[in-house]
Amino acid sequence: MKLLRLKPGHGEILLAEGDVEMPEQERELIEAFRRELDAGMWAAVPTETSDGRRQAELVKTFAEVPRDAERVIFFPRAAGGAQRTAF
Amino acid sequence: MPLALGTAALVLLALVWELARPRLIDARARYRLRRSSTVRSAEAIDFDPGRERRAEQRARSLLRSCIDDHDWAMYRDLGFLRVRGGLAGRADVTEPRIPAAAGGGHDGSQAGAAERGVLATAGPDAGRLERPAAYAYLIYPHRPIVAYLPQTGALLSEYCVAFPERSGPRGSARLPDSDDVLAKWMALTADERRLIAEANMHLPGRQIDPDMVRRDLLRLSRWERERRGYRATEIDRVA
Repeated sequence: MKLLRLKPGHGEILLAEGDVEMPEQERELIEAFRRELDAGMWAAVPTETSDGRRQAELVKTFAEVPRDAERVIFFPRAAGGAQRTAF
Repeated sequence: MPLALGTAALVLLALVWELARPRLIDARARYRLRRSSTVRSAEAIDFDPGRERRAEQRARSLLRSCIDDHDWAMYRDLGFLRVRGGLAGRADVTEPRIPAAAGGGHDGSQAGAAERGVLATAGPDAGRLERPAAYAYLIYPHRPIVAYLPQTGALLSEYCVAFPERSGPRGSARLPDSDDVLAKWMALTADERRLIAEANMHLPGRQIDPDMVRRDLLRLSRWERERRGYRATEIDRVA
């Protein structure tokens, strides 16, 4: 499993990578996961529905991440954008 | 006499100084402000076009790996993504059938039946036209999300939302274009209600030109028709 973070000026960066079946690596993944959520990030897991359509799931704890997920993507939490009138 | 002239000169100088002083003080303040803002923005932005371009390339790769092939092709070719709305019940998206004026050529039920026939065997996108969607969104990079009715093309509202990075002291404060699209796509498909609740909602036309959106909907309709035509040709060729 890879923990990725969308970062301005970089694209995604790799935060942590490990096998959730290995306790030591899972602990590192959980710590990295908590750090990002504590920093105010949202975490999403890209998934595929039974009919093959792709979507994402927002997760709030590591326990919610499917064990077979390949990636968890962190990104800054959404905020209401500019109020300006601009065109 | 010299004493009188000297006194008059001193008084004149004092008067001129009093008159000019506020303007000089203003000018000095403006100069300082301009100088400090120039220095600060150069430090804060630290814009590097090469780095931004590389970031965008990485972002495009990630976006491509997360969304459907059909959606990726849409973003690659048209510059925006369409996402179905889910709050009014799950339904698939179909664009309004644009008549011949939009560059088509389909007419009536024969074309529709043929289209459905093609779609029935046309791969992962097949069946998308079978049920109409209540509403859908267009996702543009770093612009508001636009909600519209696929059946009529009527624009409903704009949802202005951003993903501001607050942790970095330097460098660009906004995500690469494709990462912004990916963030919106993930948030919309995962928790539409939450994203919409966070956004500033406006009537269409607040930030995005409605004519541009209507043109984009026509482009999307034409693009999907061409893709269907291409697939049909491919299926015929294989058969």
